[in-house]
Amino acid sequence: MNNSVLHTARLVGAGLRALLLLTVVCGVLYPLAVTGIAQSLFPHQANGSEIEADGKVVGSELIGQRYDLPLKGEQTPRPDLKWFQPRPANGLGTNTVNTQYRLLVSGATNRSADSPELLTWVEDAKAAVIKDNSVPGYRVRPSQVPADAVTSSGSGLDPDISPQYARLQIHRVAERNHLPVAQVAELVKKHTEGRVAGFMGEPRVNVLQLNVGLRALTEG
Amino acid sequence: MSPVLAGVLQLLALMAALALAYRPLGDYMARVYSSPRHLRVEKWIYKGIGAHPDTGMRWPAYLRGVLVFSAAGVLFLYLLQRLQGSLPGSLGFASIDPDQAFNTAASFVSNTNWQSYAGEQAMGHVVQTGGLAVQNFVSAAVGMAVAVALVRGFARSRTGELGNFWADLVRGTVRILLPISVIGAIILVACGAIQNFAGIHEVGQFLGGQQQWQGGAYASQEVIKELGTNGGGLANANSAHPFENPNGFTNLFEVFLILLIPFAMTRTFGRMVGSLKQGYALLGTMAVIWVGFTALMMWTEFHHGGPALQAAGGAMEGKETRFGIGGSSIFAVATTLTSTGAVDAFHSSLTGFGGGLTLLGMQLGEIAPGGVGSGLYGMLIMAIIAVFLAGLMVGRTPEYLGKKIGTRQIKLAACYILITPALVLCFTAAAMALPTPPHSMANSGAHGFSEILYAYTSGANNNGSAFAGLNADTPWFNTTIGLAMLLGRFLPMIFVLALAGSLAEQAPTPVTAGTLRTEKPLFTGLLVGSILIITGLTYFPALALGPLAEGLAS
Repeated sequence: MNNSVLHTARLVGAGLRALLLLTVVCGVLYPLAVTGIAQSLFPHQANGSEIEADGKVVGSELIGQRYDLPLKGEQTPRPDLKWFQPRPANGLGTNTVNTQYRLLVSGATNRSADSPELLTWVEDAKAAVIKDNSVPGYRVRPSQVPADAVTSSGSGLDPDISPQYARLQIHRVAERNHLPVAQVAELVKKHTEGRVAGFMGEPRVNVLQLNVGLRALTEG
Repeated sequence: MSPVLAGVLQLLALMAALALAYRPLGDYMARVYSSPRHLRVEKWIYKGIGAHPDTGMRWPAYLRGVLVFSAAGVLFLYLLQRLQGSLPGSLGFASIDPDQAFNTAASFVSNTNWQSYAGEQAMGHVVQTGGLAVQNFVSAAVGMAVAVALVRGFARSRTGELGNFWADLVRGTVRILLPISVIGAIILVACGAIQNFAGIHEVGQFLGGQQQWQGGAYASQEVIKELGTNGGGLANANSAHPFENPNGFTNLFEVFLILLIPFAMTRTFGRMVGSLKQGYALLGTMAVIWVGFTALMMWTEFHHGGPALQAAGGAMEGKETRFGIGGSSIFAVATTLTSTGAVDAFHSSLTGFGGGLTLLGMQLGEIAPGGVGSGLYGMLIMAIIAVFLAGLMVGRTPEYLGKKIGTRQIKLAACYILITPALVLCFTAAAMALPTPPHSMANSGAHGFSEILYAYTSGANNNGSAFAGLNADTPWFNTTIGLAMLLGRFLPMIFVLALAGSLAEQAPTPVTAGTLRTEKPLFTGLLVGSILIITGLTYFPALALGPLAEGLAS
């Protein structure tokens, strides 16, 4: 009896010590070593790939932003059509715990393919994309609207749009900024990234970089 | 290039990379678990534990090691979360409530990594790095240790000894998981994953105002999350978050990490039982199912059935632009055919059939190629069932790898394959029958049922992915999914180790003309068939109510 209690106690002690030692190795030494290497070799990436314009940080290359008009009493903000618009982000939230912060909480809508709510969102978004981007002399047809323009991403922070969606916005952006269409089209072309190594992922346009480029055009 | 072609090329590139790594990694792991030598750092750790790494353990002793070490993990992780509010380095984040802390502790120790919290707003640096990420390593190492113990059961004769648990645990962590993680983490950082301890970032935005996000050890945690088939993301959006998975290359690299060890362990197995061909037969089985599922997933996602996706003109809901449909389909299959559960696209918004494939992948028992360790032992159990079925057809006592599959062995294997479906179906039925749990559903109809079926399937199979519309942060779901994860992890391990002990005691049976040749393609076919039939018979009624009903209606 005493012997087995002693044996069990010894085993439990061994389990706890094993956990603590492996915590030191995997939970302290490993992350610190990786952080040290990362901060010395790739400090820009390791700290969030921030983008500067005119000496000011305007965000991260990897974190999508909204480009909306200031709220004037309405519930949902309206897009500022002067700028290229990102994808919808119906699943993005702000923090509900630890509310001393106003953190972005990434997330998806998690609505199913047969969800009536999602269908409404998609149809409304499509109508808005068509309406917003049709300008005199350029009518957007429903078949031209790519899927990414009317759906929310997985993270709600998707920094990119498809090249099709960027091209769809060229006429509107040109008109609102009093720029020649060809110049805006050139800007979009310059910011279009192909697949990595030609086959990995999908082609995309980073919206923040595109808008930074656009602002340089309008101010330059 | 069309997206479909790009998707196929990504799949081919992935297969090539896995094939290149297969032999060196598989052989290396066999050496790690067979070598009589100890590294200096390992000797220090053994000294600290008070373990004698060269002492062989019989199966009950090995099992006690597994259970005691895991219990210590649950307790430590629970306390760490409960005390977060008072711990330095936690950004002033509050302590986690008891039911959620239990759920999360059970989840990470059982290699499930189901998350009923949103990482970036709930867990500070200390809990993430010093608690959750540690279990990402050691829960994976425990899985590999149990698999290696079973392999030794086949390889050894007339002994009951299965090796030393502490040595297997420490070696798996120090010699296999850590070195690959360091290299992988640096690759991820170079591509844009963040790695800092700078707390809350506040950066300016393009149109003014500020954006707040939590910094953290993203890259170092991301890599072991995939490599150890864990899946618990630092951020709520998991591998869809750009800081966890910045571009098309990292996406494919993360899928590679998920599949790397589970596939290579079939080589380790072949090496250790002295017949590489036996390993190839298991590899073939895993690969056939994996490629088949990936092809089906791409087909259904590019086809984008379902009213909302049809209206959108493509299945991009819940998917990131940079990965697209091809990359997201490859990820979704890899994560549910292993015990990973990380997601780069949200499974709830897949097509009806696509969601069904992710469910079915988990319900196969996650054996194609499965979790690190658990994939191999799960597949070996199915191989025993398959030789048993073949033996029934010809009326011979079945054998596998020179070991007789008698009454005791087949009972243990049967218990193994019954436990997880029992957990899944009973908990799902209970949740549907009770008045309040269904209130957590975000979608109605067939998909609402799928959300609950998915939750228990994911929990009991130690996957961790979700149809994440379900609000799982309720006392009912935190508690029952927590129990499903622990029982779904450790009861099967008991049967596996008992089986390993009974096999190691046997004398080898000589091969005769009547022996079923388990290294031949015919056996691979038999194995694939057995797996699909057994899973199909178990889960078809439940699947018919959920994803099949949704998929057929669209």
